[in-house]
Amino acid sequence: MSGNPWVRPYVLTGGRTQTKHQLYVHTLVSASHFDARAATKLTPESRRLYDRVRLGPQSVAELSAHCGISLGVTRVLLEDLASTDHLQINDGAYDSPFDHRLLKRVIDGLSELG
Amino acid sequence: MAFPSSADRQGLTVTSAKIVVAGGFGVGKSTLVASVSEIPPVNTEAWMTQAGESVDPLSDSSAKTTTTVAMDFGRVTLAPDLLLYLFGTPGQPRFWPMWDDLCRGASGAVVLVDTRQLDASFPAVNYFENDSDVPFIVAVNLFDGKLTHSLEKVRDALCLDERIPLVTVDARDRRSTAKTLVTCLTHTMKTTPTRA
Ligand SMILES: Nc1nc2c(ncn2[C@@H]2O[C@H](COP(=O)(O)OP(=O)(O)OP(=O)(O)O)[C@@H](O)[C@H]2O)c(=O)[nH]1
Ligand SMILES: [Mg+2]
Repeated sequence: MSGNPWVRPYVLTGGRTQTKHQLYVHTLVSASHFDARAATKLTPESRRLYDRVRLGPQSVAELSAHCGISLGVTRVLLEDLASTDHLQINDGAYDSPFDHRLLKRVIDGLSELG
Repeated sequence: MAFPSSADRQGLTVTSAKIVVAGGFGVGKSTLVASVSEIPPVNTEAWMTQAGESVDPLSDSSAKTTTTVAMDFGRVTLAPDLLLYLFGTPGQPRFWPMWDDLCRGASGAVVLVDTRQLDASFPAVNYFENDSDVPFIVAVNLFDGKLTHSLEKVRDALCLDERIPLVTVDARDRRSTAKTLVTCLTHTMKTTPTRA
C-alpha cells in the first residue's frame, strides 16, 4: 500500500503511530510556497505528499489516495511535514462540524447546485 | 483538475466539511457520491489494518489482521473557501473501526436504503442510532424511479424513530442528491445547539 510494498509502515514513520493534530480524513493540508531544495531532502513518501500539496489545498484522504500511501502513514508524515514548516494543516474556520454558521454555508452552497 | 488554490493564496482560510454516506452493499452509495462530485469519485485502498489509526509494527499478530479496505469519496467546491467532502462507508460491519474514523468530524450522515433489500442497511441504521454522535437521515434510493413501499412501511420496517427524517432520492441525479444533503444538514441544525 505504501508505494514500496517492501517497506513496512513502521519504518516509514519511525515507529510513531499517533498524530498531534486532529487529522480527519477531510482535513485540508496546504503549502504557502514550494521549496524545491528542501523537497530533495525528503524521503520518497514525504516527497510525494509535499509535491502533491503544491497543486492546492487537499484533504488527507486525497493525498493518501493520490500518493498511494495508507491513511495512517499519511497522517504521520503530514504531521512531520507540518512540524518542519513544509506545509500547513488547515484547522478550518470553525471549531465544530455542527457550527451553525458552517452548516448554513454548506446548505446555501448545496442549494445553488440543484 | 481544478484546485481551490486561489483562495488559499489570497490568504483566505479554506474550510472543509464532511457528510458520510452509509448503507448496505450495492444500495447506491458510490452513485450518490458521483452525482455531485467534481472529481471522479476516488475509490482506493487506504486502510492497512483493522484499526483505522494504527500503523503498528508488523508483529506476528498484527500481520494476520492486516486488511486493505477501499475508501470511496468525492468533493464539491461550494465556494472558493469552502469544500464539501462526501465519504462512502465500506459495507461490512467488520470494518466498523473505519466507520469511526470516517465519521469523526462529520456534519451529518445519509443512510441509503434499497427497499428491495432493506435489511442490507440495518447495520448502518443501528450504527448511527447507537454508536455515533453524528446526526443522520435515511434516504430511500429510488432505483426505478418509483417507491415500491410507502415511506411509512419503510419507517416501520427500519424501526426508525419519528424524529429521524426519511426521504426518497434518485442517487444518479445531482439535484436530488443535493436536496438530500440539504435535508441532512438541516436535520443536524435542528438537533444541535446553535453554538455547537
Ligand atoms: N437504475 C438505477 N440504478 C442505480 C441507482 N443507484 C445505483 N444504481 C446502480 O446500482 C448499482 C450499485 O450502485 P453503487 O453506487 O455502486 O452502490 P454502492 O452502495 O456504492 O455499492 P457497494 O460500494 O458495492 O456497497 C450500480 O450498478 C449502479 O449503477 C439508481 O438510482 N437507479
Ligand atoms: Mg460503492
